[in-house]
Amino acid sequence: MSQFNPLEAFNLPIVYWQIIWAGIIVAFVTVFALFAVYLERKISAYAQDRMGPMETGGWQGWAQTIADALKLLLKEDIIPELADRRLFKLAPYIVFAGSLGVMAVIPFGVNLIGTDLNIGLYFILALSSTVVIGILMAGWASNNKWALYGAMRSAAQMVSYEIPIGLSLMLPVLLTGSLSMIDITNAQKSGILADGYFWNWYIFRVPPFTLIAFILYFWASLAETNRTPFDIPEAESELVSGYHTEYTGIRFAMFFLAEYANMFIVAAIASVVFLGGPLAPAPWLNWIPGPIWMLLKSLVLVFIQMWLRWTLPRVRVDQLMHICWKIFLPLALVNFIVIATLVVLWQK
Amino acid sequence: MNFQDIAILFFGLLTILSATFVTFSPKILYSAFSLLFTFFGVAALYLILSADFLAATQVIVYVGGILILIIFGVLLTARITNLEILEQTQQRFIALLPIGSIGLGLILLILFTNWPINLLPNEPTTATIGKKLILTYVIAFEASSVLLIAALIGAVRLGRERNDENVQ
Repeated sequence: MSQFNPLEAFNLPIVYWQIIWAGIIVAFVTVFALFAVYLERKISAYAQDRMGPMETGGWQGWAQTIADALKLLLKEDIIPELADRRLFKLAPYIVFAGSLGVMAVIPFGVNLIGTDLNIGLYFILALSSTVVIGILMAGWASNNKWALYGAMRSAAQMVSYEIPIGLSLMLPVLLTGSLSMIDITNAQKSGILADGYFWNWYIFRVPPFTLIAFILYFWASLAETNRTPFDIPEAESELVSGYHTEYTGIRFAMFFLAEYANMFIVAAIASVVFLGGPLAPAPWLNWIPGPIWMLLKSLVLVFIQMWLRWTLPRVRVDQLMHICWKIFLPLALVNFIVIATLVVLWQK
Repeated sequence: MNFQDIAILFFGLLTILSATFVTFSPKILYSAFSLLFTFFGVAALYLILSADFLAATQVIVYVGGILILIIFGVLLTARITNLEILEQTQQRFIALLPIGSIGLGLILLILFTNWPINLLPNEPTTATIGKKLILTYVIAFEASSVLLIAALIGAVRLGRERNDENVQ
């Protein structure tokens, strides 16, 4: 199936549509961040038996994050006197570009995608590793010990957790035989049982191994996005707020936006790779379009991320490394070997 | 001059300029961060030459691994970040001999190599690379994995040694 291109009628090459799509993605991520911050406040409030924002805008304080975003944009942009000005200014762009670039290969419909690279999933892993450089740059350029410690912790954590993430994402790749996100989506349409139902999604395909891979990916992605229980890079009680301590105004807004974009991105990857992405859970639900299913699945995962954040305590640094290297990595390796063996046997 | 030529020129210039900055920058951390653009430029050149898998690998290995290691090394070394590197040149004529001969060799190589001009069609390379690694180049592949294991064991050994001293 060829890529969706609404400009085909005007005989315009697909590049024009891709540029428009990029604009849609940026707008979507911004709106999503506003929505997600509001959601996070409400969830944290209900988890702690409070009401959350109630005044601004009337009903349930719905305009609170919009007001906060406007305030952030209008604030004075302060650069510390002893900071490294050039790197300080460059860092938010690298973090933001690294996060947002991943959205290019995430399918929102069966053929609605920025570009269907044949190395899609590998591209995601490659691009998300550049975010670490931006974070280190921000931490060092701030000339602040909290920022530097936060950046170092963040980098160590992201580099370690990339390994279980990569290994668990390889399972669907082995089962599909392709790295393309569209191929991975389409391969979840049919399986051993009746076609078009949710049991063909990779999370249920080879129980319990793919389910374990999904859980491993989800937990490791919490570490990748620096969220509780793995939020030691920003541990408020120790480090003020981690690598972006010194940032204000619009530069801080860019880090903030990248962080919430990242939450959506890891959820979107999980829903495409394990939960069928834009596919409906049953054939009689096919009348609901793919993008709605995709958003629904991703938002449920984002909700679980927030739920966990306000439920679990923070782990210590040594516990963090213990979880990664002694629990997640062996499990992911065993999973990988079992699925690889099964795939070889099936092919024979 | 089509789009491809412009892209090759742009990323080639980006690679060379940032690599020059890596060499001549007075601050060691600036060199490290400038490497980011060098690695990206090289990855982009691979991409233009339809080696997409190689481009992603370049970013994962060099940006995600080696560059982070270098920056970590710089940040963890005390009083190295603001060190001004002083340079001076001595014995210019003796130095000119090896440098000149290497330069001449490279120029001759560039002039007399038969460079393929036609770009290959953009097709999936991942499966081909995988098969070549497992079948044709299996010995090199396995040898490099043995090397990596040796490095891992060495790193664990070095890390352990210091811990034991702390306990005593």
